[in-house]
Amino acid sequence: MTRLPLRRVSFQTLTCRQRGYVSLNKLVDMQEALSNAKSLEELQTFVEGLRGVYGIDNLVYHSVNASGGQYAALTYSDTWVERYIEKGYERIDPVVQGCYKRFTPIDWKALDWSGKPSRDFLGEAASQGLGNQGFSVPIRGPSGQFALFSVNQKDNDDRWAQFTEERASDLILIAHYMNERALEIEGGPSQGPVRALSPREKDALTLLALGNNRAGVAEALQISENTLRVYIESARFKMGATNTVHAVATALTHGLIVV
Amino acid sequence: MIRYIYADDLARYPALRNSMLRDRATQFHDRLKWEVTVDAEGFEQDQYDALNPLYVIWEEGGLHGGSMRFLPTTGDTMVNDHFAHLAGGAITAPGIWETTRFCVSPGSANKARAANVLMMAGGQLGVGFGLSHSIGVFDARMVRIYRQLGWEPEILGADGTGRDAISAGLWAFDEAVLTRMCLAAGVSRELSQLWFDRAFGLALPKVA
Repeated sequence: MTRLPLRRVSFQTLTCRQRGYVSLNKLVDMQEALSNAKSLEELQTFVEGLRGVYGIDNLVYHSVNASGGQYAALTYSDTWVERYIEKGYERIDPVVQGCYKRFTPIDWKALDWSGKPSRDFLGEAASQGLGNQGFSVPIRGPSGQFALFSVNQKDNDDRWAQFTEERASDLILIAHYMNERALEIEGGPSQGPVRALSPREKDALTLLALGNNRAGVAEALQISENTLRVYIESARFKMGATNTVHAVATALTHGLIVV
Repeated sequence: MIRYIYADDLARYPALRNSMLRDRATQFHDRLKWEVTVDAEGFEQDQYDALNPLYVIWEEGGLHGGSMRFLPTTGDTMVNDHFAHLAGGAITAPGIWETTRFCVSPGSANKARAANVLMMAGGQLGVGFGLSHSIGVFDARMVRIYRQLGWEPEILGADGTGRDAISAGLWAFDEAVLTRMCLAAGVSRELSQLWFDRAFGLALPKVA
């Protein structure tokens, strides 16, 4: 029995402060594209665009809500998708089996491909044009919602390791923002952000909208700048915002804060 | 050793699982008198154990030496469901995970060491996945303990007074904290990484 060669996957360069400028720029562009998507069809277009921007062969986003409703945006061929559904491959797909109801990103090399059904599945997937490398981000949403975002690539181990080292952090964030966007779209055209801003997040964004700098906001709220960073990080995510200015603008647009 | 185990994998480690849930009953029900549910088998479990959380477990001789429980704040968490008022409202971000049920086994051979190793493993989890913070709710007694362990949370808000006070707080993750926690735990940074990789990154080759 052959096992896939294994390599340590590093997630250690994932924080914003450590991210390089070029990567960050790409990320901001993608987050902006996402916030402009107004329908599930546009999310499909987004996924196709993302493939080009990051030079990835395939991307898959798949969401399952608590009542079993499903939605997917993906770049696999129709033939492969039909075959996958017809054969019920989710029952043996190591990516699904290893990620379902979890929340830690994983390189496909760390999944268990040892069983014969898994290896047969891998062989068939490869014959349908899927690559040998992959990286998946399982996501927990509100009220039992679950989503899985995966990238798939035909590549050698060294180049793939370099890719994940450089891009894993972007992909994790994009996966979460895309899920948040899909939840908003599902909620209806006029819904806006699905998660309410908390009182302290509103305070923080309001004070920022009034032109205060972070130190001033922290002082006014009698919290440390580190804690302020958490409220802003949380508010940005809830607003699907690429940066703080964008978060403030989104909150104003939806009438969530008033200045 | 430190194990990182999702709830849906715990059944593979029955002795570890059972001893953890019994130790939690002892700590949270018997000693701290929290209003938690203990079942006929003596296991303490709540609704968040049913959400497939990730447990960080310090294993001693095949049994539970100490543990804590992590859930991402993008999904349902105890702090956001029940203690949001302590934190200024619900906090939700991909880089922030909730930690709950910090517990050291009364049967641990070295309780102080178990606590130190758990703090280290929490730091390893955050650094390993590039998280910015962890958020937790804890009683007044724990504030002093976290200080003694060398990694104090920043308090967001508190309710009650004296021994009954309960607080929400944040731990910020960074490499420097992890290095410090490794030193306090007497575990090398490399070994801490190895335990993490074994669970999440690097599947060790099977012996044929």
